[in-house]
Amino acid sequence: MSATLETPAAAPAEQPKRKLGSSKVWRIVYLLTLLVLLLSVVRTITGVANLTSSGTIAAALGLSVPIAMAGLGGLWSERSGVVNIGLEGMMILGTFGAGWAGYQWGPWVGLVVAIGFGALGGLLHAVATVTFAVDQIVSGVAINILAVGLTQFLAAELFTGVEGGGATQSPRIPPMGTVTLPGISSAAQWVADQGWFLISDIGGIIAGVTTDVSYITIIAILCLFGSWFLLWRTAFGLRLRSCGEAPYAAATLGVKVMRYKYIAVIVSGALAGLGGAYLAIVAAQIYREGQTAGRGYIGLAAMIFGNWRPGGLAAGAGLFGYTDALQLRGGGAVHALLLLTAIALAGYGVWLLYKRRAVGGIVSIVVAVLVALWYATTDDVPPQVAFVTPYVATLLVLSLASQRLRMPAADGKPYLKGEEH
Amino acid sequence: MIPISTDTSAAVPPAVELRDITKTFPGVVANKDINLLVRRGTVHAVVGENGAGKSTLMKTLYGMHRPDSGTIALDGQQVSLASPSDAIDRGVGMVHQHFQLADNLTVLENVVLGSEPRRGVRLDFAEARRRIMDISDRYGLDVRPDVLVEELGVGERQRVEILKVLYRGARTLILDEPTAVLVPQEVDELFGALRELKSEGLAIIFISHKLDEVLAVADEITVIRRGTTVATVLPTEVTSRKLAELMVGSELPTPETRESTVTDVAELVVSGVTLVDRSGRELLADVSFTIHRGEVLGIAGVEGNGQAELVETLMGMRRATSGTVVLGSDDVTSWSTRRRRESGMAYIAEDRIRHGLLLESPLWENRMLGHQTQAPNSRGPLLDIKGARKDTQRIVDEYDVRTPSIDVLASALSGGNQQKLIVGREMSSEPTLLIASHPTRGVDVGAQAAIWDLLREARAKGLAVLLISADLDELIGLSDSLKVMLRGRLVADADPATVTPEQLGSAMTGAEGAA
Amino acid sequence: MSGRFSLKRIGLAVAAPVLAIVFAMLVTSVVLLAAGNNPLQAYSTMLAQLGKPRIQVNILNSATTYYLSAIAVAIGFRMNLFNIGVDGQYRLAAMLAAAVGGAIAIPAPFHALVVILVAMLVGAFWAGIAGLLKTTRGVSEVISTIMLNFIATGIVAYLLTPGRLAETTQGSNNIGTKPIPESGQVPGLAIIPGAGRNEVYGLIVLAILIGIGYWFLLSRTRFGFDLRATGSSEPAAVASGVDVKRMVVYAMLLSGAVAGLVGMPQLLGSSYTYSLDFPTGLGFTGIAIALLGRNSPIGIAFGALLWSFLDNSSNSLEFEGVPKQTVLIMQGVIVLSIVIAYELVRRYRIRQVARDVGRQLAATAPEKEAVA
Repeated sequence: MSATLETPAAAPAEQPKRKLGSSKVWRIVYLLTLLVLLLSVVRTITGVANLTSSGTIAAALGLSVPIAMAGLGGLWSERSGVVNIGLEGMMILGTFGAGWAGYQWGPWVGLVVAIGFGALGGLLHAVATVTFAVDQIVSGVAINILAVGLTQFLAAELFTGVEGGGATQSPRIPPMGTVTLPGISSAAQWVADQGWFLISDIGGIIAGVTTDVSYITIIAILCLFGSWFLLWRTAFGLRLRSCGEAPYAAATLGVKVMRYKYIAVIVSGALAGLGGAYLAIVAAQIYREGQTAGRGYIGLAAMIFGNWRPGGLAAGAGLFGYTDALQLRGGGAVHALLLLTAIALAGYGVWLLYKRRAVGGIVSIVVAVLVALWYATTDDVPPQVAFVTPYVATLLVLSLASQRLRMPAADGKPYLKGEEH
Repeated sequence: MIPISTDTSAAVPPAVELRDITKTFPGVVANKDINLLVRRGTVHAVVGENGAGKSTLMKTLYGMHRPDSGTIALDGQQVSLASPSDAIDRGVGMVHQHFQLADNLTVLENVVLGSEPRRGVRLDFAEARRRIMDISDRYGLDVRPDVLVEELGVGERQRVEILKVLYRGARTLILDEPTAVLVPQEVDELFGALRELKSEGLAIIFISHKLDEVLAVADEITVIRRGTTVATVLPTEVTSRKLAELMVGSELPTPETRESTVTDVAELVVSGVTLVDRSGRELLADVSFTIHRGEVLGIAGVEGNGQAELVETLMGMRRATSGTVVLGSDDVTSWSTRRRRESGMAYIAEDRIRHGLLLESPLWENRMLGHQTQAPNSRGPLLDIKGARKDTQRIVDEYDVRTPSIDVLASALSGGNQQKLIVGREMSSEPTLLIASHPTRGVDVGAQAAIWDLLREARAKGLAVLLISADLDELIGLSDSLKVMLRGRLVADADPATVTPEQLGSAMTGAEGAA
Repeated sequence: MSGRFSLKRIGLAVAAPVLAIVFAMLVTSVVLLAAGNNPLQAYSTMLAQLGKPRIQVNILNSATTYYLSAIAVAIGFRMNLFNIGVDGQYRLAAMLAAAVGGAIAIPAPFHALVVILVAMLVGAFWAGIAGLLKTTRGVSEVISTIMLNFIATGIVAYLLTPGRLAETTQGSNNIGTKPIPESGQVPGLAIIPGAGRNEVYGLIVLAILIGIGYWFLLSRTRFGFDLRATGSSEPAAVASGVDVKRMVVYAMLLSGAVAGLVGMPQLLGSSYTYSLDFPTGLGFTGIAIALLGRNSPIGIAFGALLWSFLDNSSNSLEFEGVPKQTVLIMQGVIVLSIVIAYELVRRYRIRQVARDVGRQLAATAPEKEAVA
C-alpha cells in the first residue's frame, strides 16, 4: 500500500534549528537582573550591607572556586560515564599537597603538587572503576577513606616538629599574590560605598570581582572556559562525551573508551586537587585537617544543578559560594538571607501556580511564609545554624531542580569491554 | 559440497571472501568452516535462525574479534582485522541491529564520532555538515544533521546508521536484521536505498531471518545453520519454504493446535484502556478485548506499537489513564502489581534477563521471584525456604530444565532453560491468566517446542492466555483468536485457522483487508 | 559439586579479604621502611597487644559500635542505597537520646529502653528525610545524606550549648547533656579474665541481636527477599510486584534506626552523657567495615573485630617510634583493595559457575546447544 504511514515515534516534519541563540542568553540576563534587584531590595530593607558588599562578593567568588573545581572535576568524570564520589578525597589530597610543597617551595610549586596529588587520586579511582569495574560509588567512598587516613598519616609524619606545623596542620604557606583591575576596581568600590539602591549593589559586585583576585581564581575561570571548549568544540571532547552517552556505540567506531575514561577521571582528580590548592594556599594559607568540609560533595551538587554543563555549574558554584561567604560573615547576613529566601520562594510559588502546578506552588508559598515568620521573629541566626546554610541550600536546590535534568546516558554504568550493550 | 557459483568473466575481485572461518568461545562452537563470497555491486543475504552463528560471523568480518582459523579477504587482499577501526579503514561498515547511536548527541556528532574533520584543534562542524549533506543527497537518505538523535523515528535512525558507514568510505556494508523494526513503507525506502548503493558498486551483506524480504531484495543467499554454511543459492532457485527448511535442517516444527478448548467464561475483560505518556502521546488508545478461559488470544504487531505498554498496563507496572481491566470478577485497574499477581496473573516477560530473573541468585530464589508472597515460597511474613527448594526441584524435573542442581546461579543456564524455569514457576502459582510476551525469543529450537507444548497445556487446563509475539507462525499456530495492534490500537481481527502470514503482515503495517 | 555451603564457595569468599589484608600489609611495610622503621617489629608489637586483657576489652567495645554502624550501612547497601549519612544519624540520635535520658527518671530497665527507642526513632527520621527526597524528588541519597550529616553537625552544635540541652560538666571545660541516672545505665559484662574493672559493654548483646535480626530479616522474610531483589535487579523486582519507592523509604528508615543505635553502647555503658568529646566519624568506619564484610553479618563481625584491633593496637606503635597513623594507611588500603578483590572474585565465580554447568550438562546429555 502506498498510503503514508506514520510510525509511532515519528518526529514532527519541521525541526527548528537548534541554535543556542539569543533567547537563551536573554533569559539568563533577565534572571540575573532579577536576582540583583532582589538582593538590592533586601539590602535596603534589612540594612545588611554585607549582602552585596564587595567584601562579600569577593569572598563568594573565592569560596566558589573550590566548589566549582570539584564540580568541574565531577563534570569531566561523569561526562565520560564514571561517577566520582571520591572528589572530596582528591581535594583533601590536594590540600595536603599544597601545604606540604607550599611551605617548602612556595605557593606555585604547592599548586602544581596539589594538582598532581589530586590526579593520583583520580588515577586510583580510574584503575578501580575502569579496569576492575568496581562499583563506582563504592570506589569513591573507599578513596575518601584512604585519602583521609593517608593525609593524617603523612601530616603526622612530616609536619610534627616543624615550626608552625603539627599533626593536623602544615606550616604557613607563603602567599601567592593577587590581581586587581586598576581603575575599575577603585571606581566600583566608590560607587558601592554610596549606598544607592541597585547601582551601589552592582558596584559592589563589580568591585568584588575585580579586586584582589587570586591567581588560582583566574586559573579556575580559565579551566571552566577551557573545559567548555575542549569538551564541546573539539574531536577529543566529542569522543569523551560519547563514552558517557553510548560507550559501546563509540567503541564500534574505534573510540578507545577505556582510554578516554582514564583521562577524564584523572583530570577530574587534578581539578579537585586544584580546588584543594585554593583552600590551602589562598583561603587558609595552611593545610588543615578537615578544611574541605564537604565541598567535594557540594561541587557534585553544583554539577547536577548545572545540568552537567560548565556554565550552569559555574552558576551553581557561585550560588553555594555566596551562601558560604554569607555564613562566614556572621548571623546577621544569614538572617537577611532568610528574607531573601522567603521572597524568592514566594515568587517561585506564584510562578508555579501560574503554570498550573498547584501542589508545587502551594508548598513553595507555605514554606515562604514559614521562612518569613522565622525572619520576623528572630534578630539573628545563631552561628551553628548559619553554618548549615550551604548544605541546606544544596538540598533545596537538588530537591527543586531534579526533574528537568538530563545526565549523560551511560553515567554510572560499568563499561565492560567487548560486551554487547 | 557448497555450491559457490563462480563468474569467470569477473575482472573485479570479490568484495568479501571468507574461507573456512572457525570461531569458538568457552564451551561453545560459534562458527565452523564458514565460507562466504560476496561480489561487488550485489546484495548478498545471509540467513539462519536465532543462534545459528550469523552475528558471530559478522563480528569477525567487522574486526570485533579474530577468528580462530580461516582467512578473510577484502577486495582480493587477505587481511587480518584487529579492531573495528581496521575494518573501517578497509572499507567495511556495519549497521547494527540495535542502533549504536547516542540519544543525547546530534546526528552530526553521531556520524562524525571517531573520524572528525578538524581545523587545528577545533572540530570543523561546517565541513562535517557539508560532507554529511553531500552523502545524504547523493543516496537520498534525507538526514537532518543538527537534530538530537532521540527525536528521530526508527526509519530515520537507520538511515543515520547507514550514513555513518558511508561517511567513513565504506564500500562494503553489513546490515544486521535491518528490517526488524521497520514498517513496510520504510522497508521499501530501505530497499530503494540499497539498490542505489548497489548501482554505485558497493557490496551489501544483508543478514535476516525474514525470508520473503530476503527473496525480494537479495541477489544471492547464503544459509547458515548450527554455525556452518549449508548452502548458497540464488533467489530464483528457491521458495521461502525451502529456505526455511535449509535453515532448520528438517521438518519445520509446527505450533499448530487442533481442538478448541475455549469456554465462554470471560477471564480477562479489558475495556477502553487508554495510556497517555507525559508528553501527551497516546501509547494505548481505547484498547478493548476479552479473553475467555481456555482461550489463547494472540496479538500481532510490529514491535513498538504498544504491545509492551499494554503488557505493562495489564501487569500494573503502568497505570492506565482511562479504561478498566477486570480479572475474573475483580476490577483490578488500580491494583498494585503484587496484588494482581496474587489474584492469578502470571507473566512471562519479553526480556527475561531484565524482568524475569535475578541473574546472580540461585535457581530456587528465582523460583520465588514474582510469587514471594504465596505458598510454597512463604508462610505469612516468613519465607519457606525448604518448601521453595522442594518445589524448585519439582519444576526442574517436570519442565525439563537442564541444570546440575537448583543452587546454580540463574546466569549459568542457557536461554532456553531459563525460559523453561520461568514458565514452570509462573504456571505453578495456579494462575487464571497467563501473559506470555515473546515467550520463545532467543530460545533454541528444542526449548521452543517444549514451551509451545507448555502453552498448549496451559490452555487445556483452562487458563486464559495472552500471547504477544513477533513470530507469525507461532501466533497463528497457537492462538484461538488473533488481533492486530498498530500504533496503540487494536485495528484488526483475524481467524488463525484461515489467515496467512502475508495477510497478517499487511494488517500489521496498516494495509487494508486482513481476512 | 556446587552445594550451598561448599568448600569452594567458602574458599572464594575468604580469598578476597585475605588477599586484601596481605596486600595492605605489603604497602604499609613499604611505607614503614621508607620512613626508616622496621615493619616486622611494628606488626609484632601490634599483635602482642592481643594478649592484654584491657586491650581485649577495648577491642570488643569498639567492635560493638563498629558492628552496629556497619549493619546500618549494609542494610542500605543490600538495596543499592548508599546511606553515607549514618554518621549524622547516630550523632543526632545519641545527643537527643542522651538529653531525654538525662531528663527522665523511670525504673530500669525501661529507662534504658526509652533512651534506645528515642535514638532509633531519631536515626530513622533523619535517614527517612533522604529516603523521601529520593522517592519524591529523585535526589541522589549519596549527596542528600552527606548534606544531612553536616546539617546534623550544626544542629548538635547548636543544641549542645549550656542553656539549651547541655550543661557544663563540673570540674572541666567539657559541655555535655545531663548525665543519665543509674536507672538508665547498662551494666558492663566482666567476661574478660584479668581485666579488672574494665568491662565489656553490656549492649554487646544488643549488637549480637541486631546482627541476628539482620540475617533473619534479609534471608528469611518476604520483606528481606524484596529488599535483596530490588538491590539485585530493580526491573525484575518491579515485575515481581515489589513497590520500589516504598522499599526505598523502608530501607532508609530501617538503616537509620540501626544507625541510631551506634552511640548507645558507649552512651549507656560508660559515658552516660553526650558531650563534646563523644566519638565522631563512626559512620564512615561503618561504611568501610560493611565493604570489608561484604554486607554479611558474619563478615561484618570479622571486619569490625579486625578494624577494632587495628585501632586499639595503634597506640602501642608510638612506643616503637612509629606513628600510630600508620594504621590508617593499612585501613585505607585494605578498603580499596578489598573492593577490587571482591569484584575480581565475583566475576571469576560467575564465569566459573557457567563453565562448570556447561561442562556438567555436556557430560550428562550430549544435546547440541544453540550458539550465541
